[in-house]
Amino acid sequence: MDLYRNNGEPDFLRIEAEELCVDYNGTVALYDASLKLKSGCICGLVGMNGAGKTTFFKALMGFVRPSRGKILINGRSVPESQRDQAVAYVPQNEGIDCSFPVSVWDVVMMGRYGSMNFLRVPRESDKRAVVDALERVELLDLRKRPIGALSGGQRKRAFLARAIAQRASVLLLDEPFSGVDIRTEKLMSELFLQLRQDGRSILISTHDLSHVRDFCDVVVLINKTVLAYGNTSEVFTSENLSMTFGGMTPDPISGSISSED
Amino acid sequence: MSSSFISFDPFSFLIDPLSHDFMRRALMISSCVGAVCGLLSCYMTLKGWALMGDAVSHAVMPGVVVAYALGLPFSLGAFVFGVGSVALIGYVKQKSRVKEDTVIGLVFTGFFALGLVLVSKIKSNIDLMHILFGSPLGISDSDVKQTLLICLIVVAVLITFRRDFMLYCFDPTHARSIGINTGVLHYLLLSILSLAAVAGLQTVGIILVVAMLITPGATAYLLTDRFDRMTILAVISSVISSLLGVYISYWSDIETGGSIVLVQTTLFLLAFLFAPRYGILKINNSSNN
Repeated sequence: MDLYRNNGEPDFLRIEAEELCVDYNGTVALYDASLKLKSGCICGLVGMNGAGKTTFFKALMGFVRPSRGKILINGRSVPESQRDQAVAYVPQNEGIDCSFPVSVWDVVMMGRYGSMNFLRVPRESDKRAVVDALERVELLDLRKRPIGALSGGQRKRAFLARAIAQRASVLLLDEPFSGVDIRTEKLMSELFLQLRQDGRSILISTHDLSHVRDFCDVVVLINKTVLAYGNTSEVFTSENLSMTFGGMTPDPISGSISSED
Repeated sequence: MSSSFISFDPFSFLIDPLSHDFMRRALMISSCVGAVCGLLSCYMTLKGWALMGDAVSHAVMPGVVVAYALGLPFSLGAFVFGVGSVALIGYVKQKSRVKEDTVIGLVFTGFFALGLVLVSKIKSNIDLMHILFGSPLGISDSDVKQTLLICLIVVAVLITFRRDFMLYCFDPTHARSIGINTGVLHYLLLSILSLAAVAGLQTVGIILVVAMLITPGATAYLLTDRFDRMTILAVISSVISSLLGVYISYWSDIETGGSIVLVQTTLFLLAFLFAPRYGILKINNSSNN
């Protein structure tokens, strides 16, 4: 049941990518990307637009088939991990139709669909999982609100709750801090730490370096391939960053090249 | 007929037409088709497939003609051409740089034109007006059976996969990531769209079917923020429109398809003006809750 509790092993490997290559009709999007990610860590995936962050996410979710290399999630193949509901994708706010007639409760319940029968009738355990998830993101009181009536930060938390309700062990977050106020940012970072405590692994795709330094234990620099990965303090050198951003060196001390706060 | 309008009696307005066999049949088939199209219209409006609905309904035209000419059930021909047009749209879009809405417009007008040419060339007793504008008052027994069967299939599929379709419309990425086959869902939804278009052309005809496939959903969308409630409201408004449309058509001797769609449009206008939260005359001004 508790897949993300990693059977007591502290060094359990959540994600193992080996010499991963992905191409779209001959255009290489990612080559020789290797990566090992332990359970219970927050990892920043840093790179420019078009550097392959999205492709890497897609490969982890099984949307694209690598032309070479392999991916193991919790030691299992991608289709198996999909069946285990092991990977959850938390979308960017911009990718959601906010006027869709669903409530916060409905959205979080979508996280349980994969574990339900084909008619998707929620059982008592599904409802409990949704309540738990909503409590953790502090949205239980707003569960009846339409998703469109939430603020940007609340909406992000609602989708995080969906991933929690899914009981995914790997969370893929796309630019989680874009357009979020300080209060929500604090709430979310606390939540990330809790999720890490659970033994889940969080992969944050971003080009905002200041947040990476604040939250991430591990960082992966990516530009068509994995340029460097390891502990944030070791990897965040101006040399590495310059390589990642194609010569434009962002200031590694003060943070980002495009901070949107 | 016209004298009854002078002394309007709601009882005889509703009951008198029921003494005619053709009216009972028209009311029954129109409300069934209305319910089915109303249910489907929720997904069409939320997915943004209005143009796709228009395309599929026009593209079934040559199928109907060919099926009649060959003596096959009309719905079979229509279904083949409906699904064929959808597949063709997908193929052309994928293989060329032309934008999707252009491809849709291009494919369905091509199919529709082919249908018109076939009607004029194939000597048969097809009444073009029946296909184009529907004729629920003159529907044949075999057409009734076919249409009811289609309605049953569409409703069964929609009810079985209602959550999956809803998730697919809302967040296809999440649907895929939890192992739902969105490709299958996509084509399943398009297939039942083709079927519903075939059913709808019986009552309002090819030209106006798209109204059946979007207007009830749009009306319901203005009235609620809950998906389940939206489907119920859409079905109710669609069935009311169909019944009322047939009655009005009977009493005032006007085109049935046009009458049904006009009632639908009127209901939409009422929702547009008076819907509690999303109407432009916000009656219930409780702002943000």
